[in-house]
This record gives sequence, structure tokens and C-alpha cells, in this order.
Amino acid sequence: MIPALEIENLSKVYDNDFEALKGISLSVKQGDFFALLGPNGAGKSTTIGIICSLVAKSAGKISVFGIDIDEDFPAAKRHIGIVPQEFNFNQFEKGLDIVINQAGYYGLAPGLARERAEKYLRELGLWEQRDIPARMLSGGMKRRLMIARSLVHEPQLLILDEPSAGVDIEMRRSMWDFLRRINAQGTTIILTTHYLEEAEALCRHIAIINHGKIVENTSMKELLRQLDREVFILDCLEELPEVITIDGFLIRRVDDHTLEVEVQKGQHLNQIFNALDVAGVHISSMRNRANRLEEMFVNLVEGAA
Amino acid sequence: MNLQEQYVAFTTIVRKEIKRYLRIWTQTLLPSAITMSLYFVIFGTLIGSRIGEMGGFTYMEFVVPGLIMMAIVTNSYSNVVSSFFGAKFSGSVEELLVSPVSNVVILMGYVVGGVSRGLLVAVVVTLVSLFFTDLTIHSYFIVVVVVLMTSTLFALAGFINAVYANSFDDISIIPTFVLTPLIYLGGVFYSMDLLPEFWANVSKLNPLVYVVNAFRYGVLGVSDVSLPIAFGMIIIFTTLAFGYSMHLLNSGKRLRQ
Repeated sequence: MIPALEIENLSKVYDNDFEALKGISLSVKQGDFFALLGPNGAGKSTTIGIICSLVAKSAGKISVFGIDIDEDFPAAKRHIGIVPQEFNFNQFEKGLDIVINQAGYYGLAPGLARERAEKYLRELGLWEQRDIPARMLSGGMKRRLMIARSLVHEPQLLILDEPSAGVDIEMRRSMWDFLRRINAQGTTIILTTHYLEEAEALCRHIAIINHGKIVENTSMKELLRQLDREVFILDCLEELPEVITIDGFLIRRVDDHTLEVEVQKGQHLNQIFNALDVAGVHISSMRNRANRLEEMFVNLVEGAA
Repeated sequence: MNLQEQYVAFTTIVRKEIKRYLRIWTQTLLPSAITMSLYFVIFGTLIGSRIGEMGGFTYMEFVVPGLIMMAIVTNSYSNVVSSFFGAKFSGSVEELLVSPVSNVVILMGYVVGGVSRGLLVAVVVTLVSLFFTDLTIHSYFIVVVVVLMTSTLFALAGFINAVYANSFDDISIIPTFVLTPLIYLGGVFYSMDLLPEFWANVSKLNPLVYVVNAFRYGVLGVSDVSLPIAFGMIIIFTTLAFGYSMHLLNSGKRLRQ
């Protein structure tokens, strides 16, 4: 099957000689939910900018659903929907007009444009606000407006650059549900985010970019499998003894009711629970000290630095 | 995109532009009507009555075509420069740049938006002028052609200004320090016959001389410059402005990184 996005040896050197991309290659399968992660300035936005023609590449090749952007960029663009990081619409226009105009730029006849605008504004919970100037919408609503705008021509590839920035938890969850739904319907989604929990919750494949190079490109499962250790926080019902040890585990007493346990790859949690049970300690809850992916991300990025 | 889709994209841009300037009509349409009324009162009625005839017409009759043309020039220019720079400033120009719409359609959409405002203001100013003088049109064909060509030329000039502008100051520098002097020195208020030969020749470098005189010919039937030369110059300036605007869009200068 033709990949939704194929990037080969993509490079970008800006006018000030800053080398933002150093020959990256990526392939995103059709129907995938793909995360592109990296610290600030790593090259994520440059990559996205090149894919959607806002940034000119210095070298390399990009194909969108088999269409080389150097040969027929307009045809490739028809497959792409983009949700940028910054609000980039006319703040004085009404939400409905913004979405309908975008449909017009893709050549959708006015009747169909309005129908699609209504469909996506309703799906994203913005139909009641359709006649309000965009500047009066909340941050979360503005972001959903940009998603509605990006979908109005029903692209097969949706690219979201930091979609959760400035969005509250409830709104973020409903946006995730929406993205999962359109992904299940066949839309390929590429996501950049700083919320690693978001990438872990949504994405099946992941690439990590740092200093203009891809430092990891694999499936989410494989990446998480590579984790060689995890640290868990255990909340205990009874007051803990002053000294507590479990053979084979690094364990730290955080306070009277909290333990921190480091679990190496190959070890299993039952050993911990059994040992604590014998010691008369009962666990009321357990959580990761940090997001698992976050630890991996920091290791990869610091390792590449 | 096929032709029909390009046409839809074109009408979308034009409709958006028209909605924009109608939404803020007190900033876009009203000032020209008020300013031109003052010009008619001061230059036409108060001062003009003491000047006597100019080019074989009363001074009021002489200045009306120039003032109408002045309104067309400033409005078609300022519509595109403010709208396109505003789109650049807010980032909303990216809506167009990421879409498959062709560069020529983007340019023509903005230009036709500017032309439509120029035409609308021309109608308003013409109606205002009827309170001060009787207008008899010498050639409707020439009037219409000159108005369309001139507003196109200055809409293109506004587009170039918008592409180069980095701040809101930059979109007022050219109208203030270049366009306004060219208009005032373009024969709106006087006949070129009044100028010494040297300055009359220098004036021929000013594109406003050709548009004002071609329009005056259409209205009054008199012109300080030959009509074919005037049309030729307008066509040359418009072609150059169009070519340069397309070059800016195709190269992505100041629009794409």
C-alpha cells in the first residue's frame, strides 16, 4: 500500500545558515496515528511547514499518497489538512465564514462548503458559536475551529501541530475522542505534541526528532518495550516501618504512607506485592512516577545531545 | 484543481474581500465621500470660482475627473495593501498558501477585491460630485476601461507593498510619501500646460499623469497627453506590476520561509 507520507533525506537550511533538518527520512502508513516528538527547535514545525508548503525545503523528497510534491504540489495538498500551533485565522471573521472560505479555497461549491462546515462545526461542538467573531471564542474553541477548518475538504492526511496547547483537560479528552473517531474512519493522523501522555494515548507509531535528525522511529509498543526500568509510587494503607527492603528491588520510603519502587526490565510486580504483604503492608493505589514515554523521550534526546 | 474549482476559489477570495470592506464601511467607503466633498467645496467652489477656466472648462468641471480618479487610486491600493498585509500579520494568509489554489487566482482575487472597492467608491464620489456640477460623459467606453485598468494597476501596487511590508507603518509609508505626491503632481488640480517644459517632461515619468488624463479625456474629451500613449503607459505599468506580483508569489519571498 502506498504510504500516506514518505519523506526521504529531507534537509532545510534557513537563510541565516541554521540547519533545521539534516536529511531526515520517515514513512507514515495509511490509517496510522503517528506522533512526531522532539524538544523545541528540534525540527518538527519545519518538517510540517515543508509538507504543507509554508517552508521551502533545501533538499530531499516528499510524497503524499504517492504524489511527489515537486511534481504536483496542488494535488498533494488536496490530501492534507493542517492544524497549526498558532491561531492563524482572521480574528474578526465568524467561525462559519472561516470554515466556508477554507472550503472555497479547495474548490468546494458553496452549497457543499456550507454543508461540510455545518457537519464539522457540529461535530466539534461549535455550531452554536458559528456567528460569533473568532476573537471572542475561548482558546479551546479556537483550536477546535482550526480542526473543523482543516477537515472541511475531508483530507486523508491530518497533521496537528501541538493540538492540546492551551486546552483544558475535559476539552482535550473530547478532542482525543474525536481524533480517534476520524482515525478509525480512515484518516491518517500525524501529531506533534509536548504532552507525551497524549502521544502514548493516541498514537501507534512514533518518531523522535532532535537537532534535525530522527533519533527514534518505531511503533509505540516497541518503544515502550525498550524501557529498561520504571519507577512506581505505591500508596500504603498502614504507616510504613522506618526501614523496608525487598530483595532485588531498589526501594525508597518517601513518607509514612508512600513508597517508591524501581522495577527493572524482566522483574515483575507480583514479587513486590508478595513481599509487602508478608511485611504487613497493604497497597491502596499505585502509579508511575513519571509518564513512561517521558522517561524514554528524555533518555533519547539527552543521549543524542 | 480544475478550472471550475479555481473559479470557486477566486470567487471565495473576492467575496471575502468585499465582505471585509463592507463590514468596516465607515473606514473604507465613508472617508472618501467626506474627503472628496471637502475637495469639491474648497477647490471647486471656493477657490475654483476665482481661478476661472482650466483647459477650456470651469475649474470644478476640470478637477472632478481627477478627484474621482484619486479616490479610485487610493481605495484600490489601500484595500489590497491593508487586507493582504493584515492576512500576513494574522497568519491567515496561510489558509490560502496551504490550499491548492494557484498563485494567479490568489493575486486576481485580491486585485478584483481592490478593484471592486475602487469602483464602489468611484460611484459614491461621482454621486457626491453631482451636487456640485453637471457631469456629461464624453466616452463611457474610455471611462470604464480607464477605471478598470487604473484600479487594477494600483491594486497590484498595493499587493507588492503588502508583500514587502513588515509592520503597519510600512503600509502607510508608500501611500503617504509616494502615492499622495504622485497624485497631487499627476495633474489632478492643474493642466500640464501650466508647467515649465522641464517639469512637464519630468511629470511624464509619473503614471498618475496618464491615468488622470486618460480618465479626464473619457469624461471631458480633453487630455494633456496623447490617449494612445496614456493607454500604452497604463498597460506597461500594469504588466510590470502583475509580472512582479506573480514573481513574488511564485518565489514565496516574504510569504514562505
